[in-house]
Amino acid sequence: MNRRLRIGLFLGGAALLAGMLVAAVGDLPGFGHYPGPYGILIEETGVAGTSATDLVTAVNFDYRAFDTMGEEFILFAAVLGVAIVLRRRRGERAEDERGDDHHFPGSSSALGALGLALVGPVFVLGAYVVTHGQITPGGGFQGGVVLAAAALIAFLAGEYVAFKVIAPHAMVEAGEAAGAAGFALVGLGGLIFAGTFFANFIALGTPGSFLSSGTIPISNLAVGIEVAGAFLLLWTEFSDQALVVRSK
Amino acid sequence: MTVFPFLVAIWILCWGLYGIVSSRNLVHLVICLGVTQAATYVLLLGVGYRNGGAAPIYADIAESTMVVDPVVQALALVDVVVEATVSALLLAVAVQTHKRFGTIDPDELHSLRG
Amino acid sequence: MTALQIGALIVVGAGAPLVVLVRDPVRQAFCVGIFGTALALLFFVFQAPDVALSQIVVSTVALPLMILLALAKIREHEEEEEERE
Repeated sequence: MNRRLRIGLFLGGAALLAGMLVAAVGDLPGFGHYPGPYGILIEETGVAGTSATDLVTAVNFDYRAFDTMGEEFILFAAVLGVAIVLRRRRGERAEDERGDDHHFPGSSSALGALGLALVGPVFVLGAYVVTHGQITPGGGFQGGVVLAAAALIAFLAGEYVAFKVIAPHAMVEAGEAAGAAGFALVGLGGLIFAGTFFANFIALGTPGSFLSSGTIPISNLAVGIEVAGAFLLLWTEFSDQALVVRSK
Repeated sequence: MTVFPFLVAIWILCWGLYGIVSSRNLVHLVICLGVTQAATYVLLLGVGYRNGGAAPIYADIAESTMVVDPVVQALALVDVVVEATVSALLLAVAVQTHKRFGTIDPDELHSLRG
Repeated sequence: MTALQIGALIVVGAGAPLVVLVRDPVRQAFCVGIFGTALALLFFVFQAPDVALSQIVVSTVALPLMILLALAKIREHEEEEEERE
């Protein structure tokens, strides 16, 4: 079907969809009048039940840890898919990676030095966000992307070779797989030691202290490593395609 | 006024779908898919909001303060990160499509060749 | 609803057609970064700092970078094909 027919058909369908959605939205309780009951239940028992002061992390890694494991495996499968789709094929070869002509136009040694100097502080920030997920806003998912960004700064400052040294391919892949497996092992630990998959089987500390909330810091660490490895693998695959892989 | 956030979510959804249907470039299509997903985040957070509620972090507020619903925030938070990786997969497919067929215009990619 | 929430919703609602109607993917990568920041502001105003943190990090660092790298590869492949002919 040609383009005009397709767009005309879409506009008709979208009008119908929007009409039905607006009618459905009218039956909702209204913005600000949340009826409960799950949110209110977690608000009342969350801090006592998990010793985590950040209820969103408690929901993610304790009450609904099974769903988080499913989402984490979606992430793992998507990165696996990218690695397969962008694999080296028969008609392609890699340019010599050790050459120094992978600098971007406009990059200078000052920019490179500044970028490399920022890698350390951003790594510390990422580690802070990952490990304090149960106390303040943060956690494995956000902190993992910040950790990946720490290595990426070297790439963005024009130092492609330094980026490959900071985040070598084998280590990134191993880290990502270890993170995914670590999260599943936490669940199995709950099954073995407390009788329920993903039960919190380590002693809960006092809310607000660094090592509180039982298995939540371990889950945070596993997810942080996995997300950092996943994003670094994605960026490495794409930048390899753009800078290194050429057809014969 | 109490349905305004949900109407904005429907508005964003329809614009995202229009972008997907009328796109001439596979990369543009992937970005419009991201816009469509943003509509679901606005809807989720709009459903969980409570008037006068604070953020669900008890690190520095009294234990008896009313907070907004943390369950929908947990859903939206994980969704944001997973969406980025799925978009990356679609972008990888677009790159390989260009290598194989020489074009990334969806209107010109009409037959599944073996 | 506070005025700040209404304002953030209007900015996000105006940003969505902006991202869709820009056809050039390079410019769209920047537009999606701005749209993502506006969304993060909306999440803050809706009392969701965790989601806002996630959104800022992903939509200003991860997503535009992958889009631009994919576009660089596509453009470089086109130039290679032209050289060949």
